[in-house]
Amino acid sequence: MLSVIRTIWNVFLHSFRRRVTIQYPDEKPYLTPRTRGRIILSRDPDGGERCVACHLCSAVCPVDCIALQATEDENGRRYPEFFRINFSRCIFCGLCEDACPTYAIQLTPDFEMSEHNRQNLVYEKQDLLISGPGKYTGYNFWRVSGVQIEGKDKGEAENEAPPTDVYRLTP
Amino acid sequence: MISHPIASIIGILIVALSLSAFLIWVERRLLALWQDRYGPNRVGPFGLLQVLADMIKIFTKEDWIPPFADKPVFVIAPAIIMVTVLMSFAVLPVAPGIIVSDLNIGLLFFLGMSSLGVYSIVLAGWASGNKYSLLGGLRAAAQMISYEVFMGLSLMGVVLLAGTFNLTRIVEAQRGLWYVVPQFLGFVLFLIAGVAEARRLPFDLPEAEAELVAGFHSEYSGMKFGMFFVGEYLGITLISSMIAVLFLGGWNGPWLPPLAWFLIKVFAFLCFFILLRASLPRLRFDQLMSLGWKVMFPLALANLLVTGAIVLAKK
Amino acid sequence: MTNPMEIPFFAAGAVAVIATLLAITRTIAVHALLYLIVSLLAVAVVFYTMGAPVVAALEVIIYAGAIVVLFVFVVMMMNLGAQDSETERKWLAWRAWIGPAVLSALLLFEVIYLVVRAPVSATIGSISTPKEIGLALYGPYLLGVELASMLLLGALVGACHVGRISRSGREVQQ
Ligand code: SF4
Ligand code: SF4
Repeated sequence: MLSVIRTIWNVFLHSFRRRVTIQYPDEKPYLTPRTRGRIILSRDPDGGERCVACHLCSAVCPVDCIALQATEDENGRRYPEFFRINFSRCIFCGLCEDACPTYAIQLTPDFEMSEHNRQNLVYEKQDLLISGPGKYTGYNFWRVSGVQIEGKDKGEAENEAPPTDVYRLTP
Repeated sequence: MISHPIASIIGILIVALSLSAFLIWVERRLLALWQDRYGPNRVGPFGLLQVLADMIKIFTKEDWIPPFADKPVFVIAPAIIMVTVLMSFAVLPVAPGIIVSDLNIGLLFFLGMSSLGVYSIVLAGWASGNKYSLLGGLRAAAQMISYEVFMGLSLMGVVLLAGTFNLTRIVEAQRGLWYVVPQFLGFVLFLIAGVAEARRLPFDLPEAEAELVAGFHSEYSGMKFGMFFVGEYLGITLISSMIAVLFLGGWNGPWLPPLAWFLIKVFAFLCFFILLRASLPRLRFDQLMSLGWKVMFPLALANLLVTGAIVLAKK
Repeated sequence: MTNPMEIPFFAAGAVAVIATLLAITRTIAVHALLYLIVSLLAVAVVFYTMGAPVVAALEVIIYAGAIVVLFVFVVMMMNLGAQDSETERKWLAWRAWIGPAVLSALLLFEVIYLVVRAPVSATIGSISTPKEIGLALYGPYLLGVELASMLLLGALVGACHVGRISRSGREVQQ
């Protein structure tokens, strides 16, 4: 009996406590940069598309919501011809970001993506591609990889030794 | 002051109905307060128009009668609770002159109507043709009968002191001393019985949404569900008003006008009922029964005996 | 008969009779009980119009509010279905009616005879207060009250006994 009364009193004391609710649309909660929300495709520091259309993200995606098709420009640089994410299926697991060798695909802290029409949740490349490098500012895949592209011959990448001349006999 | 009975009927009807609708908002805000939340605060100032929005929603919802239900009884059941509770408001003395029917046996009338209110729940549970509803109805029948017994008994102390069943005269007899002082035990017993009669937590076993879906009103939708809902809030308002009238001197009080005193007392008890809901867990059914019959009932009898003896000795 | 104050009385009486008849002829038990409740409420109104408000209130509280709830409780526990209402219908055959009908007809004639000889209006209008009823119960009718309380005590002891046996049989500790 006494414990019942004490319970009631303790609950009553809560009328003087601070409320823990965050008034969401007026008052946004702080979300860390690592929060897994809306997915974007980022660009190199010098403005080129990062994605090399390797299909790793679409292969790892547990719900198969990424679709893309690879193509090459005239200089041999690979890029996706189309890149489509169906956000009505995406579970924001972040595996695609982990799998991506180029930091192209990144998850952002934006989660406010409600739509009246489900079809509008299918994002195409122009919806996904942003103009900056996203979370990883300095990284440029094409500058560290050994592939030859326009303006960068073999052996000119960072930390890359010049290619061996196989016709020379000296070591 | 309004003294014409028709004016009183309309006034009390409107006030009771809008108060119980407003109570839905009060309850949600207060529960939120005690759980460190905000509750509905979006629709209108402080979320006050939430009630209106809910009403519009509930009126426009499909009113579905399940094919396995017993149709006539299914339709009658929600009406019974509204009728019985609203009838009880008829004998409630709100302020001097504001009363619909100053019956000589007002208290007995209230007890009778509250005992008829059980049918609403029991029949709703039976007519739904659903085992969870049936269980809810069975629980309601057992609970109501058990708690009605000592509810009546706990009030008899007041009747002994006032020497009448007339509620107006009971209020007038409390000019000097509110009955909560000499009848404290009766007050506590009536409070507990009242919570059980209004089927509020911690005595909401007929509903018990954790075990019985929604108990007796699982199958109800639309306005029929709304009637149960409003009926429940009307029930709490009625019990609070009865406590105010029988134990806290009704409209008696210094400085403020009588109507204000009455409303303040009623509102305090409404808040207390909501606080109970916020703080106490639901009883198990056998605990409910043994509490009713083994603790409350003997206490009520003892209270009646002692009060009777004291009243006799004073004479 | 011509007194307008008596109209509610006769209306309530008619409702009581009709509801009782309907209660007998229903094949679904809960519907029958509903009519029984209506009949009891009508009887309460009859008491009220005859100037016995306390008896009316007690009728509602005890009969309609408690005893019939128990009936409903039991009927709900038995979980009657369509089959049972079929058997009910069979039991309502005309042959089964004859005996009770004859007996009730006799009673009805008796009542009509009494009513015609001594009009009921003699009792209408004398309000009996709770105080008078209490004095009457503990005065001239003390023996009846004591007998009834003895009966109830017997029932209580019996209920305790029955409850105890079934509990030890199930071996439930409470
Ligand atoms: S976050 Fe997960 S589910 Fe969404 S696209 Fe990436 S891998 Fe697929
Ligand atoms: S986003 Fe990354 S993982 Fe996906 S195809 Fe492009 S480079 Fe490969």
